[in-house]
Amino acid sequence: MTTLTKRADKIDRLAELTQQTESTSGASLWREALRRLRNSKMAIIGAVVIGLFVVMAIVGPWVAPYSPTAQTWRGEVFANQGKFVGMRGENWFGLDHLGRDLFSRMLVGARQTLLVGVVSMLIGLVIGAVVGILSGAAATLGGKVGQRIDTVIMRITDLMLSLPSLLLAVSVAAVMGQSLTTVMIAVGVVQIPVFARLLRGSMLAQGGADYVLAAKALGIRKKRIVLTQILPNSLSPVIVQATLSLATAIIEAAALSYLGLGNPDPAIPEWGVMLSQAQRFFDNEPMMAAYPAVGIIITALGFTLLGEAMREALDPKLRG
Amino acid sequence: MSLLELDDVKVHFPVKKGVFFDRTVGHVYAVDGISLSVEAGQTYGLVGESGCGKTTLGRAVLRLVDITSGEVVFDGTDLAKLPDEEMRQFRRRLQMVFQDPLGSLNPRQNIESILSEGMAAHGIGTDRADRREKIKAILARVGLPANSLSRYPHEFSGGQRQRIGIARALVLEPDVIICDEPVSALDVSIQAQVINLLEELQESLGLTYLVIAHDLAVVRHISDVIGVMYLGSLVEEAPSDALYAGPKHPYTRALMSAVPVPDPEVEDRRERILLQGDLPSPANPPAGCRFHTRCPWVQEKCALERPVLTDLGDGHKVACHFAAEIENGTIGLTRATGIEAVVGTDKSADVDAAEPVADKVPAAKVPAQKASVEDAVVVAKPVAVEDEVVVETPVAVEAPVAGKSVAEKPADVDTDADVAAENESDEAAAPEEEAVDKAVPEDKAVDKDKAVPEDKPASDEVADAAGTGAGGKTGSA
Amino acid sequence: MALLNVDQLSVTFGGRGRKDSIAVDGVSFTVDQGQVVGLVGESGCGKSVTSLALMGLLPEKGVKVGGRVEFDGQDLLTISRRKLRDMRGSQLAMIFQDPLSSLNPVIPIGIQVTEILQRHRGLKGEAARKEAADLLDRVGIPDPRRRLKEYPHQLSGGMRQRALIAMAVACAPRLLIADEPTTALDVTIQAQILELLKELVDQEGTALLMITHDLGVVAGICDEVNVLYAGRAVESAGRRELFAAPTHPYAHGLLGSIPRLDAPRGEPLRPIRGSINDKIAWADGCAFAPRCDYYTMECLTGTPELTEPRTAGHQVRCVNPVLPKAEVSA
Repeated sequence: MTTLTKRADKIDRLAELTQQTESTSGASLWREALRRLRNSKMAIIGAVVIGLFVVMAIVGPWVAPYSPTAQTWRGEVFANQGKFVGMRGENWFGLDHLGRDLFSRMLVGARQTLLVGVVSMLIGLVIGAVVGILSGAAATLGGKVGQRIDTVIMRITDLMLSLPSLLLAVSVAAVMGQSLTTVMIAVGVVQIPVFARLLRGSMLAQGGADYVLAAKALGIRKKRIVLTQILPNSLSPVIVQATLSLATAIIEAAALSYLGLGNPDPAIPEWGVMLSQAQRFFDNEPMMAAYPAVGIIITALGFTLLGEAMREALDPKLRG
Repeated sequence: MSLLELDDVKVHFPVKKGVFFDRTVGHVYAVDGISLSVEAGQTYGLVGESGCGKTTLGRAVLRLVDITSGEVVFDGTDLAKLPDEEMRQFRRRLQMVFQDPLGSLNPRQNIESILSEGMAAHGIGTDRADRREKIKAILARVGLPANSLSRYPHEFSGGQRQRIGIARALVLEPDVIICDEPVSALDVSIQAQVINLLEELQESLGLTYLVIAHDLAVVRHISDVIGVMYLGSLVEEAPSDALYAGPKHPYTRALMSAVPVPDPEVEDRRERILLQGDLPSPANPPAGCRFHTRCPWVQEKCALERPVLTDLGDGHKVACHFAAEIENGTIGLTRATGIEAVVGTDKSADVDAAEPVADKVPAAKVPAQKASVEDAVVVAKPVAVEDEVVVETPVAVEAPVAGKSVAEKPADVDTDADVAAENESDEAAAPEEEAVDKAVPEDKAVDKDKAVPEDKPASDEVADAAGTGAGGKTGSA
Repeated sequence: MALLNVDQLSVTFGGRGRKDSIAVDGVSFTVDQGQVVGLVGESGCGKSVTSLALMGLLPEKGVKVGGRVEFDGQDLLTISRRKLRDMRGSQLAMIFQDPLSSLNPVIPIGIQVTEILQRHRGLKGEAARKEAADLLDRVGIPDPRRRLKEYPHQLSGGMRQRALIAMAVACAPRLLIADEPTTALDVTIQAQILELLKELVDQEGTALLMITHDLGVVAGICDEVNVLYAGRAVESAGRRELFAAPTHPYAHGLLGSIPRLDAPRGEPLRPIRGSINDKIAWADGCAFAPRCDYYTMECLTGTPELTEPRTAGHQVRCVNPVLPKAEVSA
């Protein structure tokens, strides 16, 4: 009896002492990455900036104090003969050359800017990912024929990559005419080879991993190996790239708008277009350009910060 | 009829070069004509150093690499010629356990998903619940807690991960499991757990194993039959105990004498055959016997003719022209290296070292050489010969040891003696060797044959080597 | 006074917001001139961290190092970085496990060797080159003149390890620390390298601190052996005493779990259960207790001390050691 209680005591004591080393169970890599993201200052700042921007894009039109198109103070601006009205109580950011409230225009314009960024990134991501998966799958599991297919696809993307991105965008815009859609497509097309190459490279690297070999040895079908083994493990760099290219998409869209290829409709303000219009008055009223410019920079910075933080969080080498 | 029979299996990886169109400029002879058979319910151990092609052979059996020629007959079916889809279905019966327990598990799948993937592919189990029951039973069998199902590979320790890898193979109820270095990535205390588990499973499930490993002690422990591989071919095959009791091939002898034993008594008495030099590149294997460039007993014939694996009786097969002569002592080290040394008999010749001086080698003229060998010499860069042989027989510890300070002493005495002997022989050997070089023509021939390009370390991933290192080398040659 | 005197060395890793983890928890040992001392243990036992601490190669941030490391009368933990740098290479040298990543891939071997000769021995030009060639020759690299011009990737694994050893012994260091020097190599190459190290110790009187997980290697080369578990030495003895009578349950278990080439086939292995993760803090008791077959209540109530239950000099950190009678009953 005593030996029995002694043994029980021993086991209890051991359990008590070892408890602290018990690991948490069932945490997938994605969840671990999220945990690391939450601990990263960079990620938090980036997320806050993006959050503000998104909120602004959503509620902007409703909270804007004035209509972004109403030339309410037109008379005031015109009477001054080129003298601009700066910051004042009723117009926080001042007025533009047509007597419109700049603050309201910024708020409303955020939506367009976000739209351009997201849609053009998505165009690049979706088409690029499809091309990348095709190429990557063909290269890793397609045998000799697959490798030919891969080579052809990659030469085409190389060709696209070798063209200067802005030139490509300008040509697309020139063909399709002046509109917001043009800008989005132009910026998106430029991103396609980037995503395609990235995903393919990542899949190629994963394709040589032991667990892919193990899956083959298990007798799993090739299609399933690509979808359940290779692809999920190849996505992290693409996700990071998507975040980063949101930033570049916004900047490139702004650049295209600035070059006059953006939406000509004055009724819908957009930061890039605003920046483009402000250049004429840069000498007299630099602040008119500064607001959209700073807006674009901060937003792009937010996405970049988050992207970089994600890169760190998803890096398997830093796991632990 | 054995369960698994390999007949003259060759796996040659093409070495490609070219900017636009890949040209095949050579081959890496990873597996170069291997025949072996594995009996049902037994364990065949395949041992060899890195770059010998053992991993490639294991993968070839499962057709994870393309087989260049030869037959892999499993249960009456030649796997080498099966169409892809049929091969895929056959993989249920032939499974594999990998070396790197973490790398071979998909980091983004939980254990249940990892284990059910294969079942789904082969239509085992009716539905998810049914599969889960099966998985739970297997997990218990390999000694993993039942709550592992929803956890991910990175949450387990190394030993547990290898258990997952074994469970993944087991759920398919295979006949044969190919274990590729199943324990080499694990800590010592964990290795034993996994080895015991493998043995236990074999006993209860009647599994057949093909165990591939570099650790001779591990292979000897679990194998019924051991095959020793060197540079793409089998040099010796024998029942485990017979191989340990009487290794016949010079390479096996050297390998066995190099394996450290955790016992100072054994280590001190050990008679070590130190092979000099490294493994030649499998992209440019030496002509004749693959081992002749490093063999301490090399003869003229060895460079000309490739020995075949011949049965000496009792299932002990060896691929050496002179296995019998080496064993009964008719061929000593003397003739091969130009040193007077008798293995393990004469204490006065404790240590003998010869350092063939490098610049002498290319200058040597080969009198009567066959064309093939001369070709090899022409192609080969005049690389230094590193094939010196050191056979040492330290003086046995004389008195039983008492106390710590004394304990160190005999060892010191031993080594001092060695050093002295070596210094002597070093000085003595150089001129003597030169004389021998001039006197005995076949030795020169041998030396010259040894001038095979030293190559990069041929890693197990010969496929990689094919793309990178070996490619350049072959090209330049 | 021994050449190297390590006394209660401890290394604690801590970082922003992370819980401190104790990698080395009071390790003491000595190494004499011409002696080979082994630190043996499995991954996570603190053996490599110990060697890095001795060389002063641990990062300064987030690492706390305690205790004393006396080398030739100087405390390596307190002397200036600059002085330590001068000593590294000339008096202390280290060989790492992976010879490829320890060599600079874009610089020829020759320059890497002559650089050391230049820095610590002031040799220049042809003199340095000649000395470098001699060094390569000494460690058994054939045709050293030509090899000097080659890059690390052109050498085989064994040759690289030889080159690394040549660099380590370039300035005739008094202490050589070898961290798993043969783990990445094949057995036949391993035998060559071990032979080379033995020669160095015998001929030059270099002290060698051998860090390895391979008990076979230890049995062949070490004079004194320290078995480490979870950051502490659990058993220290001369190799003959240790292998003849492993007394700590961990050392005992380790030896029982290794398949031996000379053991008859079919002899079952006696593995240690669990893994290194199943441990308790040394402050609470014996870290090995959760995996131990012999543990008692006493094992869980405080740090066990080093005792000498068998012979003088054979130290064991266990309250219930494996003594002959226990062997019989077990």
